[in-house]
Amino acid sequence: MTNHWRNLAMAALGGALLFPINVHADDRVDVVAPWEINSLDPVQAGHVYGRMQIAETLVDTDLQGNLVPGLATDWQSSDDGLSWRFNVRPEVRFHDGSRMTAESVAQSLNRTLANPGVLSQADIDSIEADGDAIRIMLNAPYSALPALLTHYSTQILAPASYTEDGKVQELIATGPFRIVSLNTPQRLEAERFDEYWGEAPAITATSYLAAPRGETRALMAQSGDADIAFTLDAASQARLRMTPSVALHAEPIPRTVTVKLNAAREAFDSVEERRALSLAIDRQGIARGVMRVEDAAANQLMPAGMGAWHLEGLAAPEKNLEKARRLLESQGWTPGEDGILQQDGQPFSVTLTTFADRPELPVIATALQDQWRQLGIDVAVNVGNSSEIPSSHNDGSLDMGLLARNFGLVPDPLAIVRQDFGPQGGDWGAMNWSSDALNSAVGELISATDEGRKAALEKQTAEILHEQMPVIPVAWYVQTASVNARLGGFAIDPFERSYRLSDLHWEE
Amino acid sequence: MNRVISTLLLQRLVQAGLVAWVVGTLTFILTRALPGDMAFRIAAGRYGYEQVNAEAAAAVQAELGLDQSPLIAYFHWLSDLLSLDLGHSLVSGESVVSELAHQLGHSLDLALMAMLLALVIGVPVGILSGLRPNGWVDRLALVSAVALRSLPPFVIGLLLIMLFAVQLGWLPAAGHGGGSHLWLPAMALALGLAAVSARVTRHGMARVAGSPYYAFSRTRGLSEGQTLARHGLRNVAVPVIAYLSVQLVYLVEGVVVIESLFAWPGIGHALVHAVVARDVPMIQGTALVMGLLFVTLNTLVDLVSLYIDPRRRLS
Repeated sequence: MTNHWRNLAMAALGGALLFPINVHADDRVDVVAPWEINSLDPVQAGHVYGRMQIAETLVDTDLQGNLVPGLATDWQSSDDGLSWRFNVRPEVRFHDGSRMTAESVAQSLNRTLANPGVLSQADIDSIEADGDAIRIMLNAPYSALPALLTHYSTQILAPASYTEDGKVQELIATGPFRIVSLNTPQRLEAERFDEYWGEAPAITATSYLAAPRGETRALMAQSGDADIAFTLDAASQARLRMTPSVALHAEPIPRTVTVKLNAAREAFDSVEERRALSLAIDRQGIARGVMRVEDAAANQLMPAGMGAWHLEGLAAPEKNLEKARRLLESQGWTPGEDGILQQDGQPFSVTLTTFADRPELPVIATALQDQWRQLGIDVAVNVGNSSEIPSSHNDGSLDMGLLARNFGLVPDPLAIVRQDFGPQGGDWGAMNWSSDALNSAVGELISATDEGRKAALEKQTAEILHEQMPVIPVAWYVQTASVNARLGGFAIDPFERSYRLSDLHWEE
Repeated sequence: MNRVISTLLLQRLVQAGLVAWVVGTLTFILTRALPGDMAFRIAAGRYGYEQVNAEAAAAVQAELGLDQSPLIAYFHWLSDLLSLDLGHSLVSGESVVSELAHQLGHSLDLALMAMLLALVIGVPVGILSGLRPNGWVDRLALVSAVALRSLPPFVIGLLLIMLFAVQLGWLPAAGHGGGSHLWLPAMALALGLAAVSARVTRHGMARVAGSPYYAFSRTRGLSEGQTLARHGLRNVAVPVIAYLSVQLVYLVEGVVVIESLFAWPGIGHALVHAVVARDVPMIQGTALVMGLLFVTLNTLVDLVSLYIDPRRRLS
């Protein structure tokens, strides 16, 4: 309460003076983004701590998504792929001054392993300290293990961060910036950590504010309150483009809007039907009208920049209602009296479930509703909570779901592909669809080490997904950021792991 | 006089107890009745939607014992409430009391500042209008009041940011930290409140200014200022203060919208998030505190009314 009287007093004083308070003429880099800091625990909110470079992982990525050493200097796996050794970087200090040891790394990772998250992708038997290294034993080979160890949930914290029952009570990590104050769920302030093991950043202080509304973020960028503002809507982008004090950045990211189909439904159980649905989508229209980026129209699941997972030489996506109708006719769907397609007297009537966590999804859902209606399909749109898609996947009640999937959650898309398109399908991927060819390719990829062979298998997997269409790709995402024109060295990380604040500098 | 006040306080105490029970029970029933799987929703709130799958939901279910019967859960909550234990947030794991303490302070800053500004703006405008009914000040004030009250606080907020943060650069657009961050959100709320306060003051003032005792005071030779101070202000204050309690509804609604526009870490914002994430203890705790706050503020308004209006004390 004393705090709040002080704030009131300060506000009253400010008002009494009615004097312009120059709030942004300092050297701190103020970041504003939509994502809240809902916990101290990296398992839950590590995306913020990673992006603000407060906490770090064993393995890091560069801007192209290649794996580079992080808190581990190097790593090797045994010939059978079951035993991995990660050499822990020497002379790393935690933010409380204590030294990072192999034991502390193992303790941190074991805690992550006990929580739901990406680490459960690999069938891990044990994580133990072994001299200056940690040894991870697997029950089955998993070649993408180093990629999993880039994920924010695997950030390394000091032993003093945890309470006795394993809860995070303080965020003591190793990054180039150290937390000065943290007010969950909205704000954190950090300063340069002088004992950082790597190159010292030029920026001395940073702050992060979660502002859920796009208008707020854009206005903060325009007024100079925010030096970097992420995820801007189209109208704000147009306005910011005319503001000389900021520079706009845009970068495609490996996040794709897809339609998940329940292949056990009569309506979606054949490739022809799924292709027909895909052919009826006006992707250019959605890209232009909703995503506001011409290049967003997706002609396949993965965007360019994803190595062999992206199929080269595919034609631009086309809308072809005639072809779509013929395909559906071949499956016994004929127009009824009300114009809705029928098969054996049953109307083609389905529900499209989506959610509003990403504001463009409900808009795309209604666009799809209209476009599929032209084909004679009756679609009801259900906008609910994001968790309805996995929960109705699990009880089998889902018809189709519209979602945005991040294939770059870890830098190797294999982790997500395996999760989404395995023999049992995936909560955010295929449903009641499975392909033996894909399973055997993914199975071989999991233990493959030869780069050429890996690329061939990745291409094969991407081709199967493209031809079979267990999910229909609609659009790719483009991340946008508005940056103070005086800040040099900015780049958007397509994998959204880091804001790369340590690469920034103020220009004179 | 003491008896009037003690009766009032006793009534309000009983009312507070009832509000606590009704609000708690209603939020409990409503959150249970919402469609969708609780474990999946809580997992989505905790880990972000992309980490949610059957495995995460099962872990949440096991950790929180969500499979126990609703009736048992309800009685658990009720007995915890009696021992003043509001439980822990299902999403962040923090105790609800500590989260609310942090957020309530921010919301109170905002609400009190807004009410203060509303009075500072609304009352003088109302008095000026009431002293010269249908004069140009009155007409201008009427038009502004209608315009400000018709605009949702969200729009007022956006316009204020554009003017004071973007165009003039005087105040920060959003966020919190320094005292200067409070001005724009408080003003966005205050303008709508001031609109009504100004009109209520104007009517009160016009009535008082037209009364025989006011005219008598003027004929006695007191100046306009002296008359206003001695015979006007206190009489006008009665309806203005009483109407504040009605305006609290607008304030509470406004706080929810304004907090999310200005990224202000208050209780309204927390409630919206708790509802989305199906964080039952947080919803219950927040709704409870808002309900009790309502009762407390109403009680305060009543006490102030009693203080300034001796007729009510004596009757």
